[in-house]
Amino acid sequence: MALSSRLAAAESRSRPRGGERGAAAAVLARGVVTSYLGLVVLIPLAALLWRSAASGYDRFVSTVTSPEVLASIQLTILLSLGTTALNALAGTLIAWVLVRDSFPGKRLVDSVIDLPFAIPTVVAGLTLLALYGPRSPIGVDVAYTKAGVGLALLFVTLPFVVRSVQPVLLEMDREVEEAAASLGASGAETFRRIVLPSLLPAILSGASLGFARSLGEFGAVVLISGNVPFRTEVVAVTIFGRVESGDVGGAAVISVVLLLLSGLVLLMTDGLRRWRLVCDG
Amino acid sequence: MARLMLRAAALTYLALILLLPLGMMVLRAFGSGPVQVWRALTSPDALHALWLTVLIALIVVPLNAAFGVLCALVLVRHEFGGKRALNALVGLPLSLSPVVVGLALLLAYGQDSWFGGWLAESGIRLIFSLPGMVLATLFVSLPFVVREVVPVLREVGREQEEAASTLGASPWRTLLSITLPSIGPGVAYGVVLTTARALGEFGAVSVVSGNVEGRTQTLTMYVADRFEQFDVTGAYAASLLLALLGVATLLMMNRISRRQGR
Repeated sequence: MALSSRLAAAESRSRPRGGERGAAAAVLARGVVTSYLGLVVLIPLAALLWRSAASGYDRFVSTVTSPEVLASIQLTILLSLGTTALNALAGTLIAWVLVRDSFPGKRLVDSVIDLPFAIPTVVAGLTLLALYGPRSPIGVDVAYTKAGVGLALLFVTLPFVVRSVQPVLLEMDREVEEAAASLGASGAETFRRIVLPSLLPAILSGASLGFARSLGEFGAVVLISGNVPFRTEVVAVTIFGRVESGDVGGAAVISVVLLLLSGLVLLMTDGLRRWRLVCDG
Repeated sequence: MARLMLRAAALTYLALILLLPLGMMVLRAFGSGPVQVWRALTSPDALHALWLTVLIALIVVPLNAAFGVLCALVLVRHEFGGKRALNALVGLPLSLSPVVVGLALLLAYGQDSWFGGWLAESGIRLIFSLPGMVLATLFVSLPFVVREVVPVLREVGREQEEAASTLGASPWRTLLSITLPSIGPGVAYGVVLTTARALGEFGAVSVVSGNVEGRTQTLTMYVADRFEQFDVTGAYAASLLLALLGVATLLMMNRISRRQGR
């Protein structure tokens, strides 16, 4: 009783002043955060949108529908889809092996998975060229080819699916699987009908993150692609080329298309996240 | 048997995509001998690129760390309209192409921009110089600290902070002696991620830098430049240095997350 009344007294003494100062600090903090974001992120993005709109509707349409740009958008989407599918498959496999299998060196393999996130993208491109480039020791040269660009995308998006599937596998209850096995289901059947359905949301959300990353990838791709228009040029490389040749307006238009594409992917990812929440109950 | 095949398939894929190329890169770097690697890394251009990279990181990391903590506090501890918009905006840089980021900065702060005339009159040159590269790096590495600190702040809760202020601590004192220590590991993790991104950024800085050799070249740009000039040793030597920095980052991340038990 004595303690609580003393606490109450202390509170009534400190609250009004602390509260007022706290409120002022909150407004100040919000102001600082908003101005920082405004200067670094918002004003530049507004300038980008403004510049792409300033070129007018006709210019916008003619830029986007020019054969070179269409080809690079098409190539970017196709390569991103292909590599995302392959990494979804391989990523699920790797996650499964890391969780359910045990072998010497497993922890090392587990920590190596994050390397593509830690290594600069240009270095990733050069690294791939060391083995699969012009002076390849195994005679495979993917420089200046679509396959090379795909390889670069596989490298940089490798961790996404592994890292989204792994925790789900770790927490998965194995009783249902054991029940299925004891009822005579084969390993493959158990995986397809029991494990895969519960992994699917995680696989898809990892894959969509990887897909979004692929759409805008530049550093890993640029040295390998050699910027051959119509053949190996992805959207980010096209934009860079336009900036270098002084066509900033065209670059802004293509950037907005890329923004819209990644916006679409983000919406899908958000939908997937909600679906996962529903699935997890 | 099936298990062995799956293991073999997974490890083969990792080897083909990741490990063998990395091993080959190290071999390439040392292909012309360690003396050449050392000479390549200590050439004036390489040293300048390294210095510029470190300088940018030294400016960007503290700024984004301070912003990240403040922004996380605002997002978790305050209620206000537009909070969801702020949350979405903070995550945005992760889903933008670095080239688009560079172009946006060029359009906002370059010569033909809204502020171009005013900036030129005041003698401030943001684009094609250090400030532009700093801005680009700030942009791309903005979300990391926020995203690490927000969940930690949520988990820690307010009880201790409220206890401190009940006992008469000022908001400032509460922040310094209660809030900041409790989010320490989260901040550390975010800072490591920010540093890795700052050291490795390429697309955004190359768009804003103008790429004047020895003046506005970062280490990643130096790698690309050397490679395009057919100086393979120089390119691979600088790559090796950057890859080692990446591995160091990874080790630090593992260390922090193990200490946190996650």
